Amino acid sequence: MSKAPSIPPIFSVADLLAIAYRIELDAVERYGVLADQMETHNNPELTRVFRDLSKAESIHAAEIREMAGDADLNGRASALHSVWRKGESPEEVDLGAAHYLMTPWHALQLCLAGEKRALAFFTSIAETAKDAKVKEMAAELVEEEAEHVNLVYRLLRKYPKPTDSWSQDGDPPAAQD
Amino acid sequence: MRETEHISVAIVGSGGAGALTAGNFLLEAASLAGWHGLLTRTVGPQIRGGEAAALLRLANRPVECLADRIDLLVGIDWLNVDRFGAEIEIGPQSLVVTDPAGGDLPAFVSRAGARSAEVPIKDIAKSVPDGRPNMVALGVAAGVLGLSEQDLSAVIEKRLAEKGDKAIDASKAALKAGIIAAAQLDLGLRLPPPKARDAQCWLVSGNEMTGLGAIRGGVRFAAAYPITPASEILEWLAPNLAKVGGLLFQAEDELAAINMAIGASFGGTPALTATSGPGLSLMTEAIGLATATEIPVVIVDVMRAGPSTGIPTKSEQADLNIAVYGLHGDAPHVVVAPQSIADCLFTTQWAVYLAEVLQSPAVMLSDQFIGQAVAAIDRPADVAFIGRRATAVPQMGAYKRYAVAGGGVSPMAIPGMPGGQYTADGLTHNERGIPTSNENDHRVQLDKRRGKLEQFSYGDHWATLEGDGEVAVITWGSLTGAAREAVNQLRAGGFAARLIAPRLLLPAQPERLNAALEGVDRVLIVEQTHGGQFHRYLRAHYDLPIEVRLLNRPGPLPIRASEIARAVMEWRS
Amino acid sequence: MSTAETRTICKPGDYKSDIKPIWCPGCGDYHVLLSFTRAFAQLGLRPEDTVVVSGIGCSSRIPAYLSCYGFHGVHGRSLALATGLKVSRPDLTVVVASGDGDGYSIGGNHFIQACRRNIDMTYVVMDNRVYGMTKGQPSPTTEPDFDTALFPGGTGLSPFHPLVIALASGANFVARAFSGEPNETANILVEAIRHPGFSFVEVLSPCVTFRPDEREWKNLVHPAPVAATSDPAKAARRIMTDDGFNIGILYRGERRPYQIKAATKAIDIGELEKDFAL
Repeated sequence: MSKAPSIPPIFSVADLLAIAYRIELDAVERYGVLADQMETHNNPELTRVFRDLSKAESIHAAEIREMAGDADLNGRASALHSVWRKGESPEEVDLGAAHYLMTPWHALQLCLAGEKRALAFFTSIAETAKDAKVKEMAAELVEEEAEHVNLVYRLLRKYPKPTDSWSQDGDPPAAQD
Repeated sequence: MRETEHISVAIVGSGGAGALTAGNFLLEAASLAGWHGLLTRTVGPQIRGGEAAALLRLANRPVECLADRIDLLVGIDWLNVDRFGAEIEIGPQSLVVTDPAGGDLPAFVSRAGARSAEVPIKDIAKSVPDGRPNMVALGVAAGVLGLSEQDLSAVIEKRLAEKGDKAIDASKAALKAGIIAAAQLDLGLRLPPPKARDAQCWLVSGNEMTGLGAIRGGVRFAAAYPITPASEILEWLAPNLAKVGGLLFQAEDELAAINMAIGASFGGTPALTATSGPGLSLMTEAIGLATATEIPVVIVDVMRAGPSTGIPTKSEQADLNIAVYGLHGDAPHVVVAPQSIADCLFTTQWAVYLAEVLQSPAVMLSDQFIGQAVAAIDRPADVAFIGRRATAVPQMGAYKRYAVAGGGVSPMAIPGMPGGQYTADGLTHNERGIPTSNENDHRVQLDKRRGKLEQFSYGDHWATLEGDGEVAVITWGSLTGAAREAVNQLRAGGFAARLIAPRLLLPAQPERLNAALEGVDRVLIVEQTHGGQFHRYLRAHYDLPIEVRLLNRPGPLPIRASEIARAVMEWRS
Repeated sequence: MSTAETRTICKPGDYKSDIKPIWCPGCGDYHVLLSFTRAFAQLGLRPEDTVVVSGIGCSSRIPAYLSCYGFHGVHGRSLALATGLKVSRPDLTVVVASGDGDGYSIGGNHFIQACRRNIDMTYVVMDNRVYGMTKGQPSPTTEPDFDTALFPGGTGLSPFHPLVIALASGANFVARAFSGEPNETANILVEAIRHPGFSFVEVLSPCVTFRPDEREWKNLVHPAPVAATSDPAKAARRIMTDDGFNIGILYRGERRPYQIKAATKAIDIGELEKDFAL
């Protein structure tokens, strides 16, 4: 995504956690969509990778859920969403970058881009927030995202960058309708 | 003066002479007096001012076809009437009334050797203030036939009410002058006094009866794209659908019209569209869509002479092929055909009923002859068929729109029903409506759609079966009336013959036709086509006896009862 | 739909069916599907009161992937199906989905007439400037020099301006969106569905298989520099002079939408016969 997401109006820690929660849930959904795509298109390796990523994001989401205690995160996020209407979620995975022959390296690059954007997002909140508690929580989230970024880098060590012929398919496209 | 069972009259004129109006008034006055009648018209290609002929047949019993010959021909003028001379058969017994100022007698008249009498129609009209020649001609015809001036005056008052008293008075005066001029004429024929009618008398065209049948059947949405000779159906439906809470909507072309009707039906509203051959050709893709998605819809084709643009104002029966075979893939559907003007009411209502109950498109093959002819008929009986589709009451859980159960008809969810959501799809689909290329799913759904039509009990309406004997006349649609008259003529002459006229063309009913043909060893097939489409259809779907003859002719000339009778008689040996 | 009320009846995920799309991974239409679900959730639409109607083509597969009622009709005729449905069932929310081939080529005349009628529905065309489903022929929006099997070297024909055609024909709401911005697209869809009359949204949606060059679109799109106008001539001029990548609502009209006559008290059918009786 070429557009940097705009910063929503965050007035409290509850708001911040609601946003963070929503970001994680969007990522869970997005990786789930990609896993389904890979499954439909007969790429079992990537199906597994995306299901794992989706699961990881849902763990992150659960952690935020824990931090938030009893707060109604969904309600808060919806309310904020109606105010914060411009821009895409920072961790929004670019579905346009998918490919039926993509390799784990590609998937992790997508994931890395998402995590980096999330990191940048929370960093700028940490820097610009006026409320001390919000600043503190944002800083915590920055640390979380930094950990995720590092994790992805480590995973990438396992998968070499594919050669240029990775997207070659001997078969022609099939017209369906 | 010889008494006759029927009398035929033609009034011709051109350039706005008003021959057709005169014909209409004559029929209406005769029906007020109690006679049955049929009126057709034939016109030149111009939009205004063209040559025109009104052709009437009056009798003491229902009239479903024209006679062999015109008994009385009144010519307001003869300009270009030769164009349809072949449709106005006169003979030595006929009486031709001609205006000396109306031009030379056309060749087809002078050739016939008919008696002629001169009446200066134009001059008489001029002698009456604002008098019009067609009212004079009307008076002449009425006088010869012995119709009462009172009945004619009543018609003039009713039909010219909008034009004001001056016009009414002028017309009555011209009428009177014409009646007086007719006193000197002697046709030599007269109809016996009209019998009392048990039922109310209606003056209607087949197209109007089609519209009423649709509404009675439950149609509340019609999509319209005008085409000759179907436009009157849509014109009648426009205000009348609205009166009963329905809607007629004009489309930009036939492709849109059929799709709109399907869309409305998908939303739960019984829907219809009406067209002619060229429009039906355009609609075939979407009719296939309705077949595959099992959405009820009625398509009326008022057939005209083809192929391609053809003769838009003339009748023919050559859309049978496209109605029956015109859908790509294996796409069984319903095809029905009305047999007379009055039958348009029943058959349209039945078509709606079948479409709704069977969740299928139903093509109704009417034609220009019954569509646009006007008849004085007994009010048709009310019929109990009201279209009702089976709708779903889905439980929680996956709703199967195309579930295979007894009978093949699966309940249809209507948008708005919670839990019934499905996507109607032209793609081959499984029971849930999900696209598939699986051979079993494809077969299952093909079986379902064919089975639901074949297993349905269509009742006695599937065909007209009359008479007995070893010879059968098999025909359909608008020729049924002429065939019936032929068979009756033969029977009166001591020769037994049967009439078989299917009203249901698809799905074919082989067992029932076989039963109807028991004891028949010769079959005369009668149809108004060049290529024998009905003959081929019968051979494709039915077993016929060894001896089969075909009497066929394309439009524009109708096939007469006497031709059919003669063909049977010639075959006796 | 013109109500301003936003009740959340369902979450976006509730609008997805259990059918997995066959679109190529990377196809813009996956994002459009997301946008639909988000928009429907934001509007609080009930799936049973919503119908998505489509024609033929990759984008037209979308009804099956949603949990609303759907109609996957024949090529080019989705607007006719939707028109018959909407005028006889004005209570339903009707969204029509199409592509540049289905909507602008075979569906061209129905497009113009639907704009003219201004019936309350929303028309979403996923424009990828190619016939994707049939393997890559040029469409009415394909660039003149785009090389294809049927037209080596390009057609040499200028693409037309569907947004301007819509304006000239009478559409009441015109917008351009980009599939790669699903939230923004969802917002536009919400406005489009809410706006009375015929709303037309063209969504630039790249085809990853036959137009890999369209990956570049995410770098070319930008917000429209000026807010929507209610003057169709002004809107048309702006569109005809833009670079084709202005994203946003471009026109909000004030034309009265087609009045679907409410059913008046119906008379008895027997009354209709009076015209026939002598």
